[in-house]
Amino acid sequence: MTPAPMSETDNSAALQQQVLDAFQNTTPLNIYGSGSKAFLGNAVQGQAIDVTGHTGIVEYDPRELVLTARSGTTLREIEAALSEAGQMLPFEPPHFGDDATLGGTIACALSGPRRPYSGSARDFVLGCKMLNGRGEILRFGGQVMKNVAGYDASRLMAGAQGTLGLLLDVSLKVLPRPAASITVTRVCSPEGAISSMCDLLGKPLPVDGTCFHGEQLYIRISGSAQAVQEARGKIAGDVLPDADAFWHALREHQLPFFMRSGALYRIVVKPATPPLNIEGAWLLDWGGAQRWLYSNEEPASVRHRVAGVGGHVTVFRGGAQGDAIFQPLSGPLQTIHQRLKTSFDPKGIFNRGRLYDHL
Amino acid sequence: MPHQHENNVAPINKAHSGLIRALRNLLPPESVLVDAEDLRPFECDGLAVYRQLPMVVVLPETIEQVQSIMRLCHAQQIPVVARGAGTGLSGGALPLAEGVLLSLAKFRNILNIDADNAMATVQPGVRNLAISEAAAAYGMYYAPDPSSQIACTIGGNVAENSGGVHCLKYGLTVHNILMLKVVTAEGELLTIGAETLDSPGYDLLALMAGSEGMLGIIVEVAVKLLAKPERAQVVLAAFDDVVKAGEAVGAIIAAGIIPAGLEMMDKLAIQAAEDFVHAGYPRDAEAILLCELDGTHAEVSEYIALVRKILTDSGATEVRTATDEAERQLFWKGRKSAFPAVGRICPDYYCMDGTIPRRQLPHVLRRISEMSVEYGLAVANVFHAGDGNLHPLILFDGNKEGELHRTEEFGQRILQLCVEVGGTITGEHGVGMEKIDQMCVQFNSAELTQFHAIKVAFDPSGLLNPGKAVPTLHRCAEFGAMHVHHGQLPHPELERF
Repeated sequence: MTPAPMSETDNSAALQQQVLDAFQNTTPLNIYGSGSKAFLGNAVQGQAIDVTGHTGIVEYDPRELVLTARSGTTLREIEAALSEAGQMLPFEPPHFGDDATLGGTIACALSGPRRPYSGSARDFVLGCKMLNGRGEILRFGGQVMKNVAGYDASRLMAGAQGTLGLLLDVSLKVLPRPAASITVTRVCSPEGAISSMCDLLGKPLPVDGTCFHGEQLYIRISGSAQAVQEARGKIAGDVLPDADAFWHALREHQLPFFMRSGALYRIVVKPATPPLNIEGAWLLDWGGAQRWLYSNEEPASVRHRVAGVGGHVTVFRGGAQGDAIFQPLSGPLQTIHQRLKTSFDPKGIFNRGRLYDHL
Repeated sequence: MPHQHENNVAPINKAHSGLIRALRNLLPPESVLVDAEDLRPFECDGLAVYRQLPMVVVLPETIEQVQSIMRLCHAQQIPVVARGAGTGLSGGALPLAEGVLLSLAKFRNILNIDADNAMATVQPGVRNLAISEAAAAYGMYYAPDPSSQIACTIGGNVAENSGGVHCLKYGLTVHNILMLKVVTAEGELLTIGAETLDSPGYDLLALMAGSEGMLGIIVEVAVKLLAKPERAQVVLAAFDDVVKAGEAVGAIIAAGIIPAGLEMMDKLAIQAAEDFVHAGYPRDAEAILLCELDGTHAEVSEYIALVRKILTDSGATEVRTATDEAERQLFWKGRKSAFPAVGRICPDYYCMDGTIPRRQLPHVLRRISEMSVEYGLAVANVFHAGDGNLHPLILFDGNKEGELHRTEEFGQRILQLCVEVGGTITGEHGVGMEKIDQMCVQFNSAELTQFHAIKVAFDPSGLLNPGKAVPTLHRCAEFGAMHVHHGQLPHPELERF
């Protein structure tokens, strides 16, 4: 098989120059990949700085379980390379677009259905090379699994939405793909689904995805062929045909559930939290720990209700102009966030306001 | 053990009597220690070559008391060093002569086991193993298992981002915590992270893990619990060549298997362990691998067969599977006793802790063995082979003139070698006092400046564990002047001293 042609360009010098200029002139910058996750976060006013030209897998040795790639490399290319070696990104990142990049994936730190069972985007970050707001190139972490030299600034970049710096390259831990996988499904009440999903979390079974939606509970079982067969006997339900398509559609928000209009809330709670009494359409992912809700209720009201059970809310899509997208921070945490922002980006040039208006 | 870095001056002076009085107003009398004999147990952590009596030791037992102590110290600008069980191996809990040592030893309650949500909430002074023991009733456990787990506390584990022998599959402390309550240098109580799988804002939880007491005092920890695997089984393989053992590790991973534990020991470590605990290790092997598989019954059976074949194909001279739990424990006992076992065959040993890309193992072991000859000091190698974390133990006699100094220099060169091959100066023991100069090898001035700025974001006055973990640029300039590599001075922009 001929490998697909891959673009490989080290654009870091040009990117560094753009940041240096912006620092000098205090020009706000809007870091841009493919734009697949531009919907997530507040609109950023600033000169576009395009990372999509900074591409290529820099290092990948399957036996080391580590992949390093430039931030503009597409997830598609990375996943193809991993797949060829029988490996995967264990956090099953949503792409939300054909050309989703590694940089945007880490900056947004979104994770797919496997998250509660194998870990999040940030869990698999081992190191990064980045440009700070002074145009300096900094490296944190590395390409090894265990590394406690210095503060863990590379994982800090995961979910920072580009407000602390521009990612140049990222090293990730990768894992073998399970040899086998099946999904079983059965009809269930919401209460029954939550109870079943929590029960599975406490059992030593090779479950790596659970979802409740439209009165159906879906359980994905993955592992060695024998492990899957054995677990199948312990989990009730019918085998779902074409299960990969289901989990892909769930991850990419392509299930019919996600075709609704209006505000889509991402609600994160402890998995055993009983169904929340908020009017709207619900889908439970992550074993009940991440819940999607289309509702006409005001964000403030949804936040209030969810805070009551110790959770938090993101207005993921379709929020009204001016609404806070991410859950507001407490006063003392806000102070630390501001100081961290200033320490990386003293003139506040990167993605100003994308995460919070004070950052 | 020699105390080359010892400072035995009784630190108390008149200027501090006001502080001591104020501390006694906050805490019961037995919780404020000032006499040298009471301070003595706190003078060092697990790296006993560094010793220093603190000015005062305080043993609070409530979060409010910790807050009051921090407010008082902040008002008087007195530095504070936090301490768990004191099992750390890098001098991270080394006291300051002019500082308060804040022990979390009285925070020893498990507050809640929430099996439905697969989590436990505990105080920082709870021992690592005690969490798994308490969770066992629910068929669950806490995954990170540093060798000192019987004694080390969860607060210290978070501060050091501790690992253990199961990291490759189950991650480090940072992957297994959900939420922290932290008292800042100013005495404010923060909640970092959440009981949920993620929390809004920056990932401060990642910053706190491994921050070595520099960013805040950890006063409560919520950890994740995992379901205890149905079965765990270990395979022991002997090799007549460490390179073959290293290749076998790569072959297991290439086959798509992630063992729960994958450990390597070299000949000196094997012999020391065998003489000590009689684990049945082959004394004539150049290297052994211990490969543990866990999961469901069928999964483990399938993988054991596969791993045995891979090991044989990789040239193992002997492959043994533990047939029952007793034999499994015995195989592990040898590995877990490796450090004390080496301690029996020499007056002193110095444990290093670097991580390397696994493929560099043959090169690194060869270089270590060459340096061993050069320094005239024997080395036993114990290796978390799955994740590349190498623990060379340098054998020395501290009573011999200059031998500690040579040992430390040898150790520093091993760490620099780890950085040269793309690894790091510390995999799991932390920087503390011990590796502060090697930080100058791994990071440049801009990166170190960023680390200092991160500290300032949490602790603007620099009162929490000052002088540890991140070197000043001046210190690096001085260190760089002594260690010029490839004709290039590190940190060339700095004035030389």
